[in-house]
Amino acid sequence: MELPVFLFASLREAAGARTLTVSLPEDASVAALRTRLGETHPALAPLLARAAVAVNQEYADDTQRLSPGDEVALIPPVSGGVECT
Amino acid sequence: MYLITPEPLDALALMEAVRVDAAGAVSLFAGVVRNENLDRSVHYLEYDAYPPMAERKMAEIGEAVRARWPVTGVAMAHRTGRLAIGEASVIIAVSAPHRADAIEACHYAIDRLKQTVPVWKKEVFVGGEEWLEGVSPAEAEASMLRPG
Repeated sequence: MELPVFLFASLREAAGARTLTVSLPEDASVAALRTRLGETHPALAPLLARAAVAVNQEYADDTQRLSPGDEVALIPPVSGGVECT
Repeated sequence: MYLITPEPLDALALMEAVRVDAAGAVSLFAGVVRNENLDRSVHYLEYDAYPPMAERKMAEIGEAVRARWPVTGVAMAHRTGRLAIGEASVIIAVSAPHRADAIEACHYAIDRLKQTVPVWKKEVFVGGEEWLEGVSPAEAEASMLRPG
């Protein structure tokens, strides 16, 4: 299956794009998606470890299975208001 | 009302969105771009967001606030794009019959928003730029679900 993956912030800049398409077998896990992305987009690999994955707009753990039509996003650590003093 | 927008935020509209006749208090928080961070002089900030998930997460915070305090209204708006020093990036309005609840609930809401809502800021400062990183949002969310 072909899944769109939305990118944000540092990941978007590293990829040079807002979305990527990832090819995976149906029922692949989120962990498999991470691995595949690291292979197809090596520039993203160091940033992937710190990113959460959201599936259909909910945070997903690495064991979650993916289906055709799922909306996937990579979520870097959020910084709406990092307290820096 | 939960909104991600590139447009300048309207504090009065957010206050009016939560005002009801039973509310004696409207507590308002505005996050504003500051001129200095980590001893760096800031030129401007750029905000990125995942709007549908951000609005969903803001609504969840609103539900948590309503479950914990007797509030009559919650509204949040976060802006995206380039913001200059002094511009508001986020505004939260909470109404309640009495001010202690409105103030506490508003404080909780902005603290939670900064942990779980998928919004990111890039700081452009004298000498460089950097996407600021906070806690992993999945961890922050898990900490909310744990009892106690």
